[in-house]
Amino acid sequence: MTRPVVHRVGSDALLVELPDADATRALYAEVLRRRAAGEFAAVDVVPAAVTVLIDGVDERERDALVAAVPSWPVPTSPFAAGRSVLVPVRFDGPDLPDVAQAWGVDASEVAKIVCSADLTVAFCGFSPGFAYLAGLGRSVPRRLTPRPYVPAGSVALAGDYAGIYPRSSPGGWQIIGTAVDVVLWDVAREPAALLEPGVRVTFVAEHAA
Amino acid sequence: MTGEIEVVASGVLTTIQDLGRPGHAHLGVPRSGALDGSAHRLANGLVGNPASSATLEVTALGCVLRARARITVAITGAPCEVHVGSVAAPWGAPVRLGVGQFLHVGPATSGVRTYVAVRGGIDGPLALGSRAADLLSGLGPRPLADGDLVDVVDSLDLPPTRFGRPAAPAHYPGEIELSITLGPRHGWLTADAVARMAGTTFTVADRSNRVGIRLAGPALAHGRADELASEGIVLGAVQVPPDGQPVVFLNDHPTTGGYPVIGVIDAPGIAAAAQARPGTTVRFRIAP
Repeated sequence: MTRPVVHRVGSDALLVELPDADATRALYAEVLRRRAAGEFAAVDVVPAAVTVLIDGVDERERDALVAAVPSWPVPTSPFAAGRSVLVPVRFDGPDLPDVAQAWGVDASEVAKIVCSADLTVAFCGFSPGFAYLAGLGRSVPRRLTPRPYVPAGSVALAGDYAGIYPRSSPGGWQIIGTAVDVVLWDVAREPAALLEPGVRVTFVAEHAA
Repeated sequence: MTGEIEVVASGVLTTIQDLGRPGHAHLGVPRSGALDGSAHRLANGLVGNPASSATLEVTALGCVLRARARITVAITGAPCEVHVGSVAAPWGAPVRLGVGQFLHVGPATSGVRTYVAVRGGIDGPLALGSRAADLLSGLGPRPLADGDLVDVVDSLDLPPTRFGRPAAPAHYPGEIELSITLGPRHGWLTADAVARMAGTTFTVADRSNRVGIRLAGPALAHGRADELASEGIVLGAVQVPPDGQPVVFLNDHPTTGGYPVIGVIDAPGIAAAAQARPGTTVRFRIAP
């Protein structure tokens, strides 16, 4: 197995680079576990596609982490007991035909493929509560021209990821549907984000009434 | 009572800021908070507030406030003329306002961000533990507008007379040097670009804001044509997009990004960058 590569970032952070998304997810869980166990303190732990950023650590602790992280034994299926969320989706998005064409299937087949995927939040970004859902098993290019306005709740695909827009914003992802009765982001709620890294997500097709 | 302060003229941009909301970057939430943290702390100290109290961050051209209750304020950060009504008042020291009095915070004579602390602290709803206005994600209060009423936290619980000593005058020069620790992705630049970086002169561009200051200068050329997968970004990160013009990220920076971060500025450098006006000359000093 390829060992992680650790980079120092500034004076109080380190970036761990991993061989793939699965190893990244596993290491993220391990970092959180060790932080929760009091092995070290960090202000932010930020997973991304193939990296985990550990930010806001004491300078001496940082050196110890840089040395130790590559040899941590990391369990491979860390999220077996993770929270799981069902998201009802109305498949009414304007880009369904384009996605169907990219995949060489009927538009109705897109919904089946997306609903049968076992998705996991790999990381969040772009805007608060926007989760990059991994596990589609297929990919689709971004739109050549981003839309200036994507409505809140839009379910969309880009690259290997699926995502749901927590609030209206510009966006370049291919919109395939609308999440029904799901509040993705609410600062008054604990947790504010419905979809945090590690949460498992299943889309369920909702038929128009 | 509430609405102790009326915003008579909000200027180009006046926002409520505190120490921000670090700890939520994994949800895509920027840290936000006062861009010049030391000036924010100083203003709070002058009126006996803890550092966590919210202040007003006033941008470049000043603002006008009117007291609707008796309040004590202190102004720090970018230096400016201060008047209570038509009477000159000190920058960098506690200033008392009676009911109905106007506080004129003048245009900055150097620097960009002036802080107005009020004894007790600016009040407002907490979003993820902070009152800060995050202009990237829209979390927290929107920027203040003319006619807004701003609440002040009751200061009865603060020690009675612990006002700070007047601040030393501040001046933000037209040339700054930023200490940068290289990494993690300076290897994405050509070896020549990295070698020349310390001797290169950049200029702060107009399009700078709370997300970051944009630098214009000789392009720092990328040595690779492939794309980096998005990864976590820290405060003070210096990102170089393919056009070779660096961006120094400030408090409202995105939590992840796909352009290479070639180095990170230290804390004094971040405050200096936040106070750098468009046109300021910037040089990098590579930290050992």
